Amino acid sequence: MKDTMSQAVIEAKGVNLVFETGDGPVQALKDVNLVVGRGEFVSFIGPSGCGKTTFLRAIAALEHPTGGTLTVNGMSPDEARMSRAYGYVFQAAGLYPWRTIAKNVSLPLEIMGFSKAEQADRVDRVLELVELKGFGRKFPWQLSGGMQQRASIARALAFDADILLMDEPFGALDEIVRDRLNEEVLKLWARTGKTICFVTHSIPEAVYLSTKIVVMSPRPGRITDVIDSPLPRERPLDIRDSREFIEIAHRVREGLRAGHGDAV
Amino acid sequence: MRSLAPIATVLAVIVALWYAAAVWMNAQWVYDQAARAGVEVTFGQMVVDTMAQERPVLPVPHQVFAELAKSTVGMAVTSKKSLVYHGWITISATLLGFAMGTGFGRLLAVGIIHNKAMDMSVMPWAIASQTVPILAIAPMIIVVLSSVGVQGLVPKAIISAFLSFFPVLVGMVKGLRSPDGMQLDQLATWNASRTQVFWKLRLPSSMPYLFASLKVGIAASLVGAIVGEMPTGAVAGLGARLLSGSYYGQTIQIWAALFAAAIVAASLVMIVGVIERATLKRMGMA
Repeated sequence: MKDTMSQAVIEAKGVNLVFETGDGPVQALKDVNLVVGRGEFVSFIGPSGCGKTTFLRAIAALEHPTGGTLTVNGMSPDEARMSRAYGYVFQAAGLYPWRTIAKNVSLPLEIMGFSKAEQADRVDRVLELVELKGFGRKFPWQLSGGMQQRASIARALAFDADILLMDEPFGALDEIVRDRLNEEVLKLWARTGKTICFVTHSIPEAVYLSTKIVVMSPRPGRITDVIDSPLPRERPLDIRDSREFIEIAHRVREGLRAGHGDAV
Repeated sequence: MRSLAPIATVLAVIVALWYAAAVWMNAQWVYDQAARAGVEVTFGQMVVDTMAQERPVLPVPHQVFAELAKSTVGMAVTSKKSLVYHGWITISATLLGFAMGTGFGRLLAVGIIHNKAMDMSVMPWAIASQTVPILAIAPMIIVVLSSVGVQGLVPKAIISAFLSFFPVLVGMVKGLRSPDGMQLDQLATWNASRTQVFWKLRLPSSMPYLFASLKVGIAASLVGAIVGEMPTGAVAGLGARLLSGSYYGQTIQIWAALFAAAIVAASLVMIVGVIERATLKRMGMA
């Protein structure tokens, strides 16, 4: 019992989130129940407006649920944020053009008050982790879009948060770059053992990466299916041609279609 | 070279129009003089005369530039007729006023960003301050300050600051608010304090906006300094030169001082532009 308690990193029970807009209230999340265990790789997939990003932002305490309970590491999301429980990777790399890559990666460390020596150590370590060793002195504009996004992942990893929240981090990149980065994220996950929550639009991306796929649908935003992936943790790119992979992808697509069907 | 041709063409047209206008405006005086002397003037004689008057209604370009040359390189800079001497007095008031005004503008902008009460209250006053005709309050500032013993550079600089704080305030508020929601959320996830958000994100992000307003601000500073020199009894400075020129009908002197002011303004704006380019390039924002 104690073991299962410690395993749950993120726990949502009946989470509701209503935005008050000019056109009246919008239910962004309705009765969301989900448990994310330690070391899991969870993808959130669904059409625009299904609340997947809102749910990720709620975990990060960037939005606040209007009902239900949501805990991160057993704390409220706000407490978790203050204890630096997670690193957040946004869709855009959001690197500061006036800082070098190394300086960008050490930005959160500066803010959190790490010593200069510690900052340098950690920057070296995480740049190596995302295979950007030797690029520390470059400026963001000298790097490709994919490399910039890798730098932003390094920045999210720099302060050793156990949880990595990724909001369509590769959405703006082309498919070839995206494939390579997906492989790298998996490697990174295997090496660091972090709990990753990953928002995406792409079915292959979700199936390829995740141990658990959360299918969501809009109006109101809710979970329609949670799929535990039977794929092994070790995943070469060509696993995407395997029968299991295609079956899971099919189930996700069915889930998306069903969610869409009863909304219209 | 390709860009030189259109510029030269426009310049040539302006100069030609200027000469034509000078002949047309100064002709009356030539005819009046001739009538008084009881002589006839030919059209050619009239045209020549219009360009060589001592106090023409509109001096021709070569008269203005001859005066400009005479009063800059043609005499000692310590001379009371030297435009370098007067120009420097105006520039020093401009620079002091610019420093004060832009500093004040920046401070107000920081206040507006961080304080809700200031956000709601400062801008209407700042806008109102700019609707007051500067010519009306400049003498009052000079008189009030002189009655408490402040004279010389500072009162002029204050008028100059009065004009230059506004563009910096507006640009800086816009610039400090330019980081988007994602960038602010990013800092929130690291639990950054408001001070950290300011120094690490808002201030660097505001630089392009700051420089755009500094260019407007430095030109406004110069206008303020010149206006401030007018009610001081025409002692020194380009403004004083303009005023004494108009007292004594020295139109050539007025135009030379105007050109000197224009050259100073262009140079100051260009200097700010060079600093802007260097800074933004260094910051990877150009």
